[in-house]
Amino acid sequence: MSPYFESYLTVGTFAALGAVLVMVMLGVASVLRPTNPTAAKRATYECGVDPVGSGWSQTYVRYYVFGLLFVIFDVEAVFIFPWAIAAEELGVFGLVAMFLFILTLLEGLAYAIKKGVLRWE
Amino acid sequence: MDVIVDLFSNFWVALLGKILLVALMIPLVGMVIGFAEMKLSAKMQNRVGPYFAGGRWGWAQLIADGVKFFQKEDLIPADADRPVFKTAPIWVLVGTVALFVVIPFGPDLIFRDLSVGIFYALAISSISTIGVLMAGWSSANKYSLMGGLRAAGQLIAYELPLVLAVVGSVILAGTMSMTGIVEAQIEAGYPYIVVQFVGFGIFMVAALAELTRIPFDMPIAESELVMGYLTEYSGFRFLFFFLAEFANMFTLSAIAVTLFLGGYWLPGLSETQLAYLGPIILIAKVFVLVFAMIWFRWTFPRFREDQLQTLAWKWLIPLALANILVTATLKVVL
Repeated sequence: MSPYFESYLTVGTFAALGAVLVMVMLGVASVLRPTNPTAAKRATYECGVDPVGSGWSQTYVRYYVFGLLFVIFDVEAVFIFPWAIAAEELGVFGLVAMFLFILTLLEGLAYAIKKGVLRWE
Repeated sequence: MDVIVDLFSNFWVALLGKILLVALMIPLVGMVIGFAEMKLSAKMQNRVGPYFAGGRWGWAQLIADGVKFFQKEDLIPADADRPVFKTAPIWVLVGTVALFVVIPFGPDLIFRDLSVGIFYALAISSISTIGVLMAGWSSANKYSLMGGLRAAGQLIAYELPLVLAVVGSVILAGTMSMTGIVEAQIEAGYPYIVVQFVGFGIFMVAALAELTRIPFDMPIAESELVMGYLTEYSGFRFLFFFLAEFANMFTLSAIAVTLFLGGYWLPGLSETQLAYLGPIILIAKVFVLVFAMIWFRWTFPRFREDQLQTLAWKWLIPLALANILVTATLKVVL
């Protein structure tokens, strides 16, 4: 088996372990714990009073704009890493290119801030 | 002895050993950090803290807590989205366990030295965000929903500074492999914090926010949201979120130590000494950072939601980008 495949296998096994750990512990606990759900216990918790309306009430999701900004910058980070490894070999050419790239992105961020995306009213 | 070495050179046997090791390590790390948090918090607030369990210093407090959690009823709210509610803790823990793969404990002591090490660590750590959002949405509770949305907004905002702060070290080392970065620091003769203090600062602030710890604990702010996305969780499912938080304190500190503080390396020790002392040095450095995190908790007041977003977007991200450009310029020119 190639080391390449072994790496994937190790990562996959560790990720699976996270799920197995939860299931095994919950399995063991299910033998020890009582199970006696009543309507009062299963009611939605709202500080002790009866819940009002549905739990999935309408909420103003301010964060969707941040979500959009995040996607742009996270993709950018993916582009920065390969250059970061080879920064020395690529030399001045790579440096100038990266300056242009990052400054363009900063301009986008400045525009978003100027537009008032980060203002809360 | 030779038989054992031969046995562990087999990939499958070694993998089994690694799995057992990490399955033991995570609860152990959780307990040690949890207990440290209890005792240090007590010290800082002039209390005694846990005292009775186990006789001296209450050392068995968290073991007693664990046993208690085993006996707790597994309550699921009637309105909850059951499959999502049940699987949310799994996603949180998957991200935590998978992070352990790339932490170098010594020159050859690493679960797997991936060539994309640090990149992998940053990618896998964001899986927990999905778990948190799932927990918040599926609880069918207003507080949970708000907490989950706040958490999502905060975790994505601070993931960017976290990712960008790392790039400085990657430029200096010229590799993303975690062992490679430590070796580059050994070769350079100084830990990267000497030149990357800006990156280290940004990384620690962002790590604190990723852990949703005070002063960045808006998602689970007790005084307004009860317990945020954790409100409806009880018993063992609740414990998994906490276990993941404590284990993540360890892993994120370990990544910070590896990237900025020289990892398992101390100046003046030979290669063979490092092979034996490496894990101890790494864990000692990690606990210094963990102590600082607990210290912060009792020092700073909570950020308001808009201040928190402003800090990330207006300050940390531009600062991290500037840090990348300055580091790269110095590396290329000098």
